[in-house]
Amino acid sequence: MNIVVAIKHIPSIADDLPVKGNNVDFDSVDFVLNEWDEHSIEQAVLIKESVGGTVTVIGVDLIGELDNALHLALAKGADKVVKITADDPAADSHMQAKWLSEAIKGMGANMVFAGVQASNDLDGQIGPMIAAYLDMPYIGGVSSVEANGDSATVNKEFAGGAGAKYAVSMPFVAGVQSAPKPPRYAPVSKVRQMAQSATVEKVAPSGDADVRERPLRILKMAPPVVTGHAEMIEGSSKEVAAKIVELLKSKGLA
Amino acid sequence: MAPKFEKAKAVEKEHAVVDGVDVSGHWNRMFEQRVIFEYTPELIEKIADIPNAESFANCYQCAKCVAVCPVDVVGNYGPRKLYRYAQTGMDLTEAPELWLCTTCANCLRVCPKEVNMVKIMPAAREQAILDGKFVPAELQQAFENTAKSGNPLGQPQRKRDAWIQSAGVPVPIIKDLGRKVSVLWYVGSYPSYHPRGIDAAAAAARIFNALGIDFAILGKEEKDDADSQRLAGEKGLFEMMTEQNIETFNKYEWDEMVVTGPHELNAFKNVYPKYGFERPVVHYSTFLARYLDQLKPMLKHPVNKKITYHDPCYLGRHNGEYEAPRKLLEAIPGVELVEMQRNRENGYCCGGGGGGMWMDSFTAKHNTTMRLSEKRAMEAASTGANVLAVACPFEVSRFTDAVKSTGNEHVDVLDILELLDRSMRGE
Ligand SMILES: Cc1cc2nc3c(=O)[nH]c(=O)nc-3n(C[C@H](O)[C@H](O)[C@H](O)COP(=O)(O)OP(=O)(O)OC[C@H]3O[C@@H](n4cnc5c(N)ncnc54)[C@H](O)[C@@H]3O)c2cc1C
Ligand code: SF4
Ligand code: SF4
Repeated sequence: MNIVVAIKHIPSIADDLPVKGNNVDFDSVDFVLNEWDEHSIEQAVLIKESVGGTVTVIGVDLIGELDNALHLALAKGADKVVKITADDPAADSHMQAKWLSEAIKGMGANMVFAGVQASNDLDGQIGPMIAAYLDMPYIGGVSSVEANGDSATVNKEFAGGAGAKYAVSMPFVAGVQSAPKPPRYAPVSKVRQMAQSATVEKVAPSGDADVRERPLRILKMAPPVVTGHAEMIEGSSKEVAAKIVELLKSKGLA
Repeated sequence: MAPKFEKAKAVEKEHAVVDGVDVSGHWNRMFEQRVIFEYTPELIEKIADIPNAESFANCYQCAKCVAVCPVDVVGNYGPRKLYRYAQTGMDLTEAPELWLCTTCANCLRVCPKEVNMVKIMPAAREQAILDGKFVPAELQQAFENTAKSGNPLGQPQRKRDAWIQSAGVPVPIIKDLGRKVSVLWYVGSYPSYHPRGIDAAAAAARIFNALGIDFAILGKEEKDDADSQRLAGEKGLFEMMTEQNIETFNKYEWDEMVVTGPHELNAFKNVYPKYGFERPVVHYSTFLARYLDQLKPMLKHPVNKKITYHDPCYLGRHNGEYEAPRKLLEAIPGVELVEMQRNRENGYCCGGGGGGMWMDSFTAKHNTTMRLSEKRAMEAASTGANVLAVACPFEVSRFTDAVKSTGNEHVDVLDILELLDRSMRGE
């Protein structure tokens, strides 16, 4: 089983996002791995553990710091890691999808996983666009994948807690919402060992010419304006409960 | 926990006649020797074979440890029991019991065989982590935060010194100062980021200023000591942080380091020497106790409170400091100091050590009736005290929650630093 996992490096929101011009001030933010990608790596490694195969993790190196995320992936069980040396922190998901597709094309993947979306733009387009570029079917909102022969049983989630089970023939692209298990822990000693011993394959970004004028342009970026505040009700638990009931009644909710 | 080894079959017969006498159900009948093979040394050896966990095999089941183990007080625990569970089929590296010990060292104090959980637990946990076994989710988060952000809270490194603004006095950063200082104050993660921790840090800054101490902090260069992460089994993470910290500490000239927290004291004083760092480090209580004569006239405003003091395991049992915190409290006019039943060498653990700080939900799900901090909060309240004084940055938040959840809101949880500051400033 040949599984390719596309990952995305995004600005960390542990701190307030600094804005410069009409975009994030990329020089003064830390970059972290998109949370959903941790799940797609976990899902890929789980499949490898159950049916064998190789897991390749690939991402666009936007600021020259992707290695950390790649070493972490290796420590969690990936076999090979690749970075696309773009060095363009503002590259949007459409651009990244093109670069990724070009790099993944020759890898002979049976399955390509991407996080279902990334928390920086909530665009959710990288997976479907890779599928389109590679001419593969796409299935999103995925909560588990089991490989059996040349097809896979895929659980997909719908709103309101509903779900459905699909048989998907390979090769395909999946947008992973969550792995069936929480992403595993990679001990720091293993990550450091990988940092010392592993090789990160470098690929130059290609295919730019095919991407027509970028469909998404950021016109303005600003911190959100605070409009309403949460009201904290003071008093003993009895008093607080009474006031909450009163409030619910006054709003016709109880 | 399913026992791995089957118990020997019952040796008693339903109806037994011996020499013509019916002895069915007789109280002392025994027809065969008890089969010894129902117990196995295998799983004990599995732990004792891990480097640093050898003493696990020393246990001779005297049970002195169980009587003092804080986890046993709210559950079913202690080295004797862990040994016994292992004997009857529990693989400690896979059992939830692996994560309940707080490395408080009270068992070690009484154990005639020097069974040392402070070494056994980190070693067994490290093994479990390296083997990819289960790690409690909250603990995993604290590990990942430490590796990513330099502190277990996951707060940005850039904001590590943002608390300074609330001090109201100058807090020099050693890098900006550009000269030697007599005291390098290592503030610590919780005093830097946690709202209640910041209160203690600001109080310390005001006290140091009032005493005219030539001090500076590392500011944005300071990173977590990771000692509790080490005790929770993440030695690799600890070593990474240690390398970075030692490099930072040695970049600057200073005579002595003062730490806000006992865990940092333990790391820098007892563990860092193995990594080549041997410079003087003291806890703030030890440090300030030296200034008592100068401090006393500054403590102008009475704090008319009945105060009980909680000995942090890593200040007391691990580092032998019991008196300095009490001397500081007694120096405050108006204070009546009362002791809890378990104090000093037998102090009861708050549950925060050995990674317990980040495993409260996990511990709650595994055979415990309440948090250790709640047990201790109740003990504090039973003395009639209206202040529970602490000297460890983990404890303010732990006990503040615990007094609330046990219906003891009338007990204020305050760091000794805050009490000294109040007496100095009259708030
Ligand atoms: C964990 C454990 C389990 C055991 N289980 C079993 C079992 O199931 N079946 C079995 O047959 N055996 C068992 N034994 C062994 C058995 O307990 C001992 O063989 C037996 O207790 C030895 O008795 P003793 O009087 O020789 O010594 P001890 O029991 O050691 O008693 C020595 C006594 O002498 C006192 N003493 C020592 N020095 C002095 C001194 N200088 N002056 C005055 N008093 C002194 C000590 O205080 C102590 O009270 C077990 C032992 C252990 C440790
Ligand atoms: S005190 Fe020591 S020897 Fe005694 S039961 Fe506990 S661990 Fe075993
Ligand atoms: S170190 Fe403390 S918590 Fe751990 S077993 Fe010993 S007494 Fe119990």
